[in-house]
Amino acid sequence: MQLQGVGIGRGLAFGPVLRMPEPLPEPSDAPSTLGAQAEQERAAGALAATAALIRVRGERAGGTAKDVLDAQAFMVEDPTLSEDVTARIQSGKTAERAVFESFASFRDLLSGMGGYMGERAADLDDVSQRVVAQLAGVPVPGVPDPDYPFVLFARDLAPADTALLNLDKIIALVTSDGGPTSHTAILAREKSIVAVVGASGVNGAGAMSVADGTVVVVDAASGQVLVDPSPEQLDGVRARLEARAEEAPVPIGPGTLADGTAVPLLANLGSAGRSAGSAEEAVELGAEGVGLFRTEFLFLDSTKAPTVAEQQEHYTRLLQAFAGRKVVVRALDAGADKPLSFLNASPEENPALGLRGLRALRANEQILRDQLTALAAADAATDAELWVMAPMVSTVEETRYFTQMAREAGLRTAGVMVEVPSSALLADRILAEADFASIGTNDLTQYTLAADRLLGSVAAFQDPWHPAVLRLVGEVGRAGRALGKPVGICGEAAADPLLAVVLVGLGATSLSMSPAALAGVRAELRRFTLAQAEAFAALALAADSATEARTAVITARSTQLDQ
Amino acid sequence: MAEQTVRIASTHGLHARPASIFTQAAAAAGVPVQVAKGGKSVNAASILGVISLGINHGDEVTVSADGDTADQVVADLVALLSTDFDAE
Repeated sequence: MQLQGVGIGRGLAFGPVLRMPEPLPEPSDAPSTLGAQAEQERAAGALAATAALIRVRGERAGGTAKDVLDAQAFMVEDPTLSEDVTARIQSGKTAERAVFESFASFRDLLSGMGGYMGERAADLDDVSQRVVAQLAGVPVPGVPDPDYPFVLFARDLAPADTALLNLDKIIALVTSDGGPTSHTAILAREKSIVAVVGASGVNGAGAMSVADGTVVVVDAASGQVLVDPSPEQLDGVRARLEARAEEAPVPIGPGTLADGTAVPLLANLGSAGRSAGSAEEAVELGAEGVGLFRTEFLFLDSTKAPTVAEQQEHYTRLLQAFAGRKVVVRALDAGADKPLSFLNASPEENPALGLRGLRALRANEQILRDQLTALAAADAATDAELWVMAPMVSTVEETRYFTQMAREAGLRTAGVMVEVPSSALLADRILAEADFASIGTNDLTQYTLAADRLLGSVAAFQDPWHPAVLRLVGEVGRAGRALGKPVGICGEAAADPLLAVVLVGLGATSLSMSPAALAGVRAELRRFTLAQAEAFAALALAADSATEARTAVITARSTQLDQ
Repeated sequence: MAEQTVRIASTHGLHARPASIFTQAAAAAGVPVQVAKGGKSVNAASILGVISLGINHGDEVTVSADGDTADQVVADLVALLSTDFDAE
């Protein structure tokens, strides 16, 4: 049997499967037959035992995970919670049902608060499952943690799961749901784990139908998962792995093609929670600058925007780490998946198509003005080459608005993100106004294929190899060349080494990615000339689908390298 | 009964870690402690209760306690809330 999904990177690995256990079913609401006294004792015992187990896990995990887990243990022992559980048991419910309902009511309370508290809601679900499993005497659903290396199969992984993954034991990740922008895919890219996401069989069999212990071969380059390979097939895989191990690593240095064409390799920075330290890490891994600095994390968990002085301090620190290099900062990108109470309070039916990105900033112009002022002040105080860009720009008029605001604030280089097909189609006019364009492939794919990138059921559409997406990238590349304006790529697509070559063939002049992906992309670019990259791009554009485009380029790549 | 009002110093308000430090201190106080914001009062030893108040940076909350050691307990907890845990 073989499963086909979307590969993350080009890794190859094989090993035994372990599946992530399914979540427990909701406990039945049938009245207790044991009586309130007995149920109360069961509930108290299970809560205490679960808190103790969580603390043990915390001790084992250490670091920030320990703090998070200690806080979870404290929630399990919470007096308000136990009063609520007791009240529910007194009304005739079983311990399982009472615990389930209590946690659910607190979860709803937290998720209703949004922001940081909303994210903690998932922790409560996890804790609830643990207590209910304890009561039912069944294994706790969660991340398998055996003492041997394994290939993890899951529907999708939540951030809470990945925080606890013992990455040393994970050979590869395979998910049945989730696309290339899912949390699993982002983790795999950051940690360079071999991964195939959204994998399913030809007959519709899901990845989760593969039994624990079955050996699988995970080939991220082709997106294929071979279940139960023959000894000959395994020998072939071993030979390929050995051949790869012998390839000399490309030394850290500027990104260039085989013919010497420079393609600067930049880092995406500013993920929530890991702002500190990652600048140094990026420099160590050879980032030539920052291609996308997200500023959202400065605005999270606040009911009001940070002050100009607070922002200026953050930006100055960032620019100091990249003295003499390019740093592209994106203005606050709020809306849709990342609501901020002070920016867009009213709920929307269709947030991805709503008041987000530059639209939201424009409706709250002072926030944009403050941000640009803080950036200009940080720029004046440091030696980095600061570029600023606006998120989700869809018209020429918006481009004009933003670049004018940026220049008024004293910023020299102002550009726009191309994430909406309208901007790609009118790139010649957009780039006449802006100093540069940066293509966000995740959103460009979502908007081109009309598939919500956060919705698992349409994850298969979220593939930047799709010829329609590539054609739009080509439009921007062509406009950039004609006008002599830089065109960067800062979506996840730039982290896929082979797709990176195709994007350069389409006219991208720089690539920005998670620092961990730099080495793979650097090595792949060195293998091909600009003419070859353009030939690959032509092949991909001529395909009917993302899969065909990928296959055509992989085949051409092998042919070229064999010559 | 002792009672004191304080402004929250932690940059991100009373979220998981600062809330956990605060509630653990309240639980260890040995006397019943209440914390109130905007007229709603909860058991200060309850992390879910405290989190449910949605306490943000700069919010004013009132800490109150009963018992012999109430004055000292309230003073200690108020000192905790005046600490910016996020700056550590």
